[in-house]
Amino acid sequence: MSRHFPALIIVIPLISAFFIFAAGGLKKTYCFYIAAAALAISLFSSIGLLLQVLQNKVVVYHFGGWAPPWGIAYRIDYLNGIVLVAVAAISFLNLVATKKSVEKDFTEKIGLFYTLYVLFVTGILGIVVTGDAFNLYVLLEIASLTGYALIGMGTEHAPLASLNYVFMGTIGASFYLLGIGYLYLATGSLNMLDIASILPNIFQSNVVLLAFVICLTGLFIKMALFPMHAWLPNAYTYSPSPAISLIAPLTTKVMVYVMIRFLLTVFTPSFSYGSMAVSTSFVWLAVIAIVVGSILALSQKSLKRMLSYIVIAEIGYMVGGVWLGNRAGLTGAILHIINDAAMTLCVFLVAGNILYRLSGDSFDNLKGLFRKMPFSMGAFVVGALSIIGVPPTGGFFSKWYLISGGIAAGHYGFVIALLFSSLVNVVLFFRIFEIAYFEPSDCPHISDRMDEEGKIFNDAPLGMLVPLMIVAVGLIVLGIFTDTIVTKVIQFAIPGEIS
Amino acid sequence: MAFPGWGDPLSPASTHVSPYYIENTIEDTSVPNIVTAVLADYRGYDTMFETAVIFSAGIACLFLLRRMKRKKTDFRHYRHMATGITLRIEQGGKIHPTAKEFERIDGLWVPHDLIIRTTGRFIIPFIQIFALYVIAHGHYSPGGGFQGGVILGASFILFAISNDLRSALNRMGERLTAFFYTAGVSLYAGTGALCILLGANFLDYSALATILLVDPVTARSYGILIVEIGVGIAVMAVMVILYYNLVSAGKFDEGL
Amino acid sequence: MVDLLTIIISKYNYWGYIVLMMVGLYAMIVKKNLVKKIIGMSIFQTAIIFFYVSIGMKKNATIPIISHGHDGGERAVHAVDFINPLPHVLMLTAIVVSVATLGVALALAIKVYRQYNSLEEDVIDSLIKEK
Repeated sequence: MSRHFPALIIVIPLISAFFIFAAGGLKKTYCFYIAAAALAISLFSSIGLLLQVLQNKVVVYHFGGWAPPWGIAYRIDYLNGIVLVAVAAISFLNLVATKKSVEKDFTEKIGLFYTLYVLFVTGILGIVVTGDAFNLYVLLEIASLTGYALIGMGTEHAPLASLNYVFMGTIGASFYLLGIGYLYLATGSLNMLDIASILPNIFQSNVVLLAFVICLTGLFIKMALFPMHAWLPNAYTYSPSPAISLIAPLTTKVMVYVMIRFLLTVFTPSFSYGSMAVSTSFVWLAVIAIVVGSILALSQKSLKRMLSYIVIAEIGYMVGGVWLGNRAGLTGAILHIINDAAMTLCVFLVAGNILYRLSGDSFDNLKGLFRKMPFSMGAFVVGALSIIGVPPTGGFFSKWYLISGGIAAGHYGFVIALLFSSLVNVVLFFRIFEIAYFEPSDCPHISDRMDEEGKIFNDAPLGMLVPLMIVAVGLIVLGIFTDTIVTKVIQFAIPGEIS
Repeated sequence: MAFPGWGDPLSPASTHVSPYYIENTIEDTSVPNIVTAVLADYRGYDTMFETAVIFSAGIACLFLLRRMKRKKTDFRHYRHMATGITLRIEQGGKIHPTAKEFERIDGLWVPHDLIIRTTGRFIIPFIQIFALYVIAHGHYSPGGGFQGGVILGASFILFAISNDLRSALNRMGERLTAFFYTAGVSLYAGTGALCILLGANFLDYSALATILLVDPVTARSYGILIVEIGVGIAVMAVMVILYYNLVSAGKFDEGL
Repeated sequence: MVDLLTIIISKYNYWGYIVLMMVGLYAMIVKKNLVKKIIGMSIFQTAIIFFYVSIGMKKNATIPIISHGHDGGERAVHAVDFINPLPHVLMLTAIVVSVATLGVALALAIKVYRQYNSLEEDVIDSLIKEK
């Protein structure tokens, strides 16, 4: 059975989606347990795959028994393996953490919610593990469609925000499809390794250059890089909290992974980093993204909206790190994919806890929260320190690699942007700490979300707190074991030609 | 290398991977329609996810629009069949249960639909038989699961348009449709899982040769037929449920 | 100048679908009505489908269905006689994806209409600003 891990990791959640839908019609309480079992099996398979990769360097699986390029093949190497474990762990922890929140928000549509949840995770896992370019498009569309529906069921302006996300997301995915079409026109194949073996003969061709540009544009739209970021704040703010703590850590980071995969495996580094002008201009674009994201986050008055602008700035870190073109920058970018996914999950789970207990998440609602919800705010402090970049959390180490990459490449604008963003994050988060710790809470008699006995609200239920604590501890563990992760896994994920 | 010209037989797309498909389909799968063979066998994994896409579109529409409870402000219209008088019942009130001369009509009801209803009654069976023909002959002529499934779904939608939504819901209700689309996609994924249980890779239909008691090449042909049927059922049911949801805005009450 | 004209005329199929794609993008970006934007999205995706199908064309070749089915393959099959089946397969998938996206977009448009009672973007924006 361990031979089939690459298939099981996707197929088990897919088949469980049908059972969850059936259970949603018959007996709603089973839905959560089926979903949890399926995602646990996926997590187990992903860890098994990573161990196999550490032994054998590469794991290949042929679907239908046909060898590539005539059939579809999955190929797991070091880059894949570590991102796969991160994605599977995040989706499982989020499922467990948001159980109570889902039961409160979607009481009659629980079956449908969990079906869409599991299908989204299937799509994202498939994007990470596939080795076929067109298969990536189909899985991208599964993840996108379920994401649109999950976001569309939120509060106030959610349907309009989701519709705008539909338009931008479709343009992005269609540009990616068009890029694949140009690659097919030039090489005649759809398998990533096969394309990589044919491309070096035709690097000077216009078709390949056009394919490169169009693919990248599509990916930039899907990952909300400035200036194509306008869909993200609205979509993330108005979406329901159990959905956003799944979508926010995963969608944009997995698109960064796809970009790294295309730059390193399909268009080999000699082509991607061949033009200094192009690489430098993309790093400057990332710098603008970091600066704009940080400044816009300063002016927000609602917690979730501020966090979504921070996500835009974090994408700038990763894109800049990738386009620096040296080993430290790429290491920082890949490490940051994992760290950023974990810290985004942590802070959005805390926002979900706050929304579960209180009526809103504007800064006025956060007064005196340290006394009322000590554990959630403790986890928020850990997540905030990681976003700022304080050791020993993981965020510090990925920023360290990015900064040293920037210095090695001589791109001081990027380094200054990273430091500026850290300072802005300090201001943002310490402002929240001040409101939550020092300001006295409003008088309990006149607050509007008291329950019938008149109790002051206490922290979120245990089922929501335990996964949150695991994530917060995980952030510190990721920081402590950074060296192991880099030397055992990430170092081999980057091809040897990059210095 | 510049852009290949229109119809150039020496372009990379026409010389690299496709000649294998064209020359070896009959030996590998004994299916003359090369497009179906590539769709359901060589690249069958993609097609399974495509079916999952259409499944998730149906679920997404249900999730977004479906309204389980009826609001108090909904009115219902009843029409006395003999005289043509229309009643409007408001605010959740009830009509007398033995009032058989009254039929329920939609808010946008128009008379004189006898021609449409009769034409529908004649045409719909032929459309459905043609749809089943397209699904079954996907091996030998252009066609297959998706095309036949859409035609079959269109026949149900024609029934819902020519009569009204409630009579379509009586024949093809929500639960039956849900069963169909779940069963269709599960058939596809289940066939693949069965291949794993029989020892081969996922969606390797030659492993089915032991169960179906034929040689591996014919087993591939039968495997393609099974998954195409699954796809057809799933697409048909999703088309129908998408129509029901969009046209009644989730209430499943009255529509076009 | 003659060079440019040669390029435009000999690759007329590519220009055709580029024009169609630009029409779709124009509709998505400039139009204010949400349904017109959705139609523009559909046109945009259809243009990409045309591009792929045009890749598979071969001169003097017929459709990819081998007419002597279960003979046991007496007649040798030459790849040159049949058009490329792979783009057609890929575009079956892309058409299904486009229909699914259309369905979800229309469902969201119905929700927007239920909430704001209008499908024009400027009317909705003014309603949001008023609140």
